[in-house]
Amino acid sequence: MEHLETFTEETRAWLEENCPAGMRRPMRREEDAVWGGRNYKFHGEDQRLWLERMAGRGWTVPTWAKEYGGGGLTPEEAKILKRELKRIGARPALVSFGIWMLGPALLKYGSETHKKEHLPRIARGEIRWCQGYSEPNAGSDLASLQTKAEDKGDHFLINGQKVWTSYADKSDWIFCLVRTDPKAPKHEGISFLLFDMASKGVSTKPIRLISGSSPFCETFFDDVKVPKENLVGELNKGWAIAKYLLTHEREMIGASGIERLPGSDLGATAAEVIGTKSGTLRNHLLRADIVRHEMDWAAFLLTLERARDEAKAGAGTGAVSSMLKYIGTELNKERAELLMAINGLQGLLWENEEDPEPPLSRQWLRSKGNSIEGGTSEIQLDIIAKRVLRLPQGN
Amino acid sequence: MALVISQEHDLLRDAAKGFLAEHAPVSALRTLRDSDDPFGYDPALWQRMTEMGWAGILVPEKYGGLDFGIVGAGLLMEEMGRTLSASPFFSTAIMAATLLKEVGREAQKKRLLPQIAAGKAVVALALDEGRSHDPGGIKLAAKPSGNGFVLNGEKTFVLDGHLADQVIVAARTGGKAGTKSGLSLFLIETDRAGLEFRRRTMVDSRNVADITFAEVKVDGDQLMGKLDEAYEPLEKALDVGRACLSSEMLGTASEAFERTLEYLRERKQFGVPIGSFQVLQHRAAHLFSEIEMLRSVVLKTLLSLQASDASSSFLASLAKAKAAQVVGLATSEAIQMHGGIGMTDEFDIGFFIKRAKVASETYGDYYFHADRFARIKGY
Repeated sequence: MEHLETFTEETRAWLEENCPAGMRRPMRREEDAVWGGRNYKFHGEDQRLWLERMAGRGWTVPTWAKEYGGGGLTPEEAKILKRELKRIGARPALVSFGIWMLGPALLKYGSETHKKEHLPRIARGEIRWCQGYSEPNAGSDLASLQTKAEDKGDHFLINGQKVWTSYADKSDWIFCLVRTDPKAPKHEGISFLLFDMASKGVSTKPIRLISGSSPFCETFFDDVKVPKENLVGELNKGWAIAKYLLTHEREMIGASGIERLPGSDLGATAAEVIGTKSGTLRNHLLRADIVRHEMDWAAFLLTLERARDEAKAGAGTGAVSSMLKYIGTELNKERAELLMAINGLQGLLWENEEDPEPPLSRQWLRSKGNSIEGGTSEIQLDIIAKRVLRLPQGN
Repeated sequence: MALVISQEHDLLRDAAKGFLAEHAPVSALRTLRDSDDPFGYDPALWQRMTEMGWAGILVPEKYGGLDFGIVGAGLLMEEMGRTLSASPFFSTAIMAATLLKEVGREAQKKRLLPQIAAGKAVVALALDEGRSHDPGGIKLAAKPSGNGFVLNGEKTFVLDGHLADQVIVAARTGGKAGTKSGLSLFLIETDRAGLEFRRRTMVDSRNVADITFAEVKVDGDQLMGKLDEAYEPLEKALDVGRACLSSEMLGTASEAFERTLEYLRERKQFGVPIGSFQVLQHRAAHLFSEIEMLRSVVLKTLLSLQASDASSSFLASLAKAKAAQVVGLATSEAIQMHGGIGMTDEFDIGFFIKRAKVASETYGDYYFHADRFARIKGY
């Protein structure tokens, strides 16, 4: 205990000294998130300094081992760090799919060479990763993917197309599911490959969404050569890695709404916008919907907290990520609908010169994708029914 | 405060599970109902529960109790919610013990708490006066007279009222009906002149009574706590009760759900188990998610009450409202997915929806607590 108290004091002092003032304000714009990567342009010196200092301590990935660029912190220490960061309202020094998704998969399935090569560069924000999973004919039925990797002796030759690749146009490397055995049953012929997006034959095309933004791309592979040593795990055993990584993606998407939407307290937002009379919101029907939602939201946050605490105590249920993804994204959509109701036509502005944040209308439209990306709500319910409830499987 | 159940509490739960399965399964409630039992619970079973220490789970050690805390009491309620076990545990070991601890005079505590812990006294809380929960709306009047008070009025749906040895009565000693100030609590023996009890038969086959107070004389030292200032301690005790009821409803929802899952695996139509149909799988998976959310809320609320956190009343309302929603869904879906057999009295699932509905109404329904939740949050 004494050690943790010392750690708390030291952490607090270090953050006080090293977290730039500009990094202690809430994130409001897209460019407030630092994604890193070869071609990344920081928006201001504070962003650069904050990443450099945090990465220097290994605190962009506090629980990873020091040899992989991490901070080597115990879960208790990491919890303290998180609390202290929150206390001063610090922004994340780095957000990245490398940290959230590829990192955990490499730690579990990667060779020592893979870990040493890739993890420290993820931790320092030097390489930005994207995820090559979905294809035009492999969405919910992901395992039917057709992008093929042919064995050419010292390398694989990749041909095919991915879609919904988040930020492919801005990424340096891709972790990619490819078919290495077209004759095997669909789950047993898939491999997990890493390769450089600057390789010859890789091209990307952004997809414009109904919200006006383009966070996703179509990604094309035309005779792309990938060295054999870039295979993670065994040949044709990539599906297990893919599934493991998806559980991390689900948790990330399920939890992401917490930061994503404005008006973290819908009741307070509504009270401010619509007004109250004798302590209750003027619009009684809307109030009833808001309170029902807010209670579910509170229950969801507590469930996230319990899932994390149980995982730490070694008592977690594995398939819980599907539940969190399902509830979190459905609630996030509902939250966006309620925010729209609170704001009326004001919320439907497509451009708003008076507010630096993206207009609510775009956030509302974007939220509709939450329950599709990373496995639809229907797929999550399938997973719960099968893996948690052990219900009999139909045809 | 980690949101996990400690090993100590796990052991208590396991012991409770084993005990209730053996001595108080759902069939015991059916027997009680069908035998028109005058008590509405089995005194021998209550004696056994007492021997396990349950009656004194919230009673301080110096008054002969276990002082095991609210989390433990909640876990027992959860298990009782699974087996629908009827006993004076909630009225006496939770509500009365909590109020006595909070505002009882030393003489009242000394006399009654050891009796509660020993299972020798049933103590009921006479609170509401209408069809729905409304602690602010109390009208029953206690007028000063000599060195005591005279009580006149009505109480409705008093849990375990007709078989209690003592009642804790919430009465108005000042202020107007609908206001929070001017409420006081009195501890009264049930054989006092002027008291009339009428047992009402409820859908869950448990015991409640309407009580008429006609010129009931009580002594000044029967007052519990401060004159006119009972509202706050009463709300605090009610929050403990609401959390424990939510825990019971979590147990009822979980059990109804598990029985339904079992049925989905076994029941065949069109040549396959009906649980292989996606439309039922998705409803089951959704219900599972709802029950897991309730589980988190209940645990947080119990832990928070045990630590006397300031956020407890907000959490208690969250728990009670969410529990009403979830147990309502779980028991309704249980009947629908069981099909025709779910509608028969012969099959046990009906007992679950009946108890769930009474527990949902007790000490505030969904609407009461949703409103309270919003008001605490300032809208």
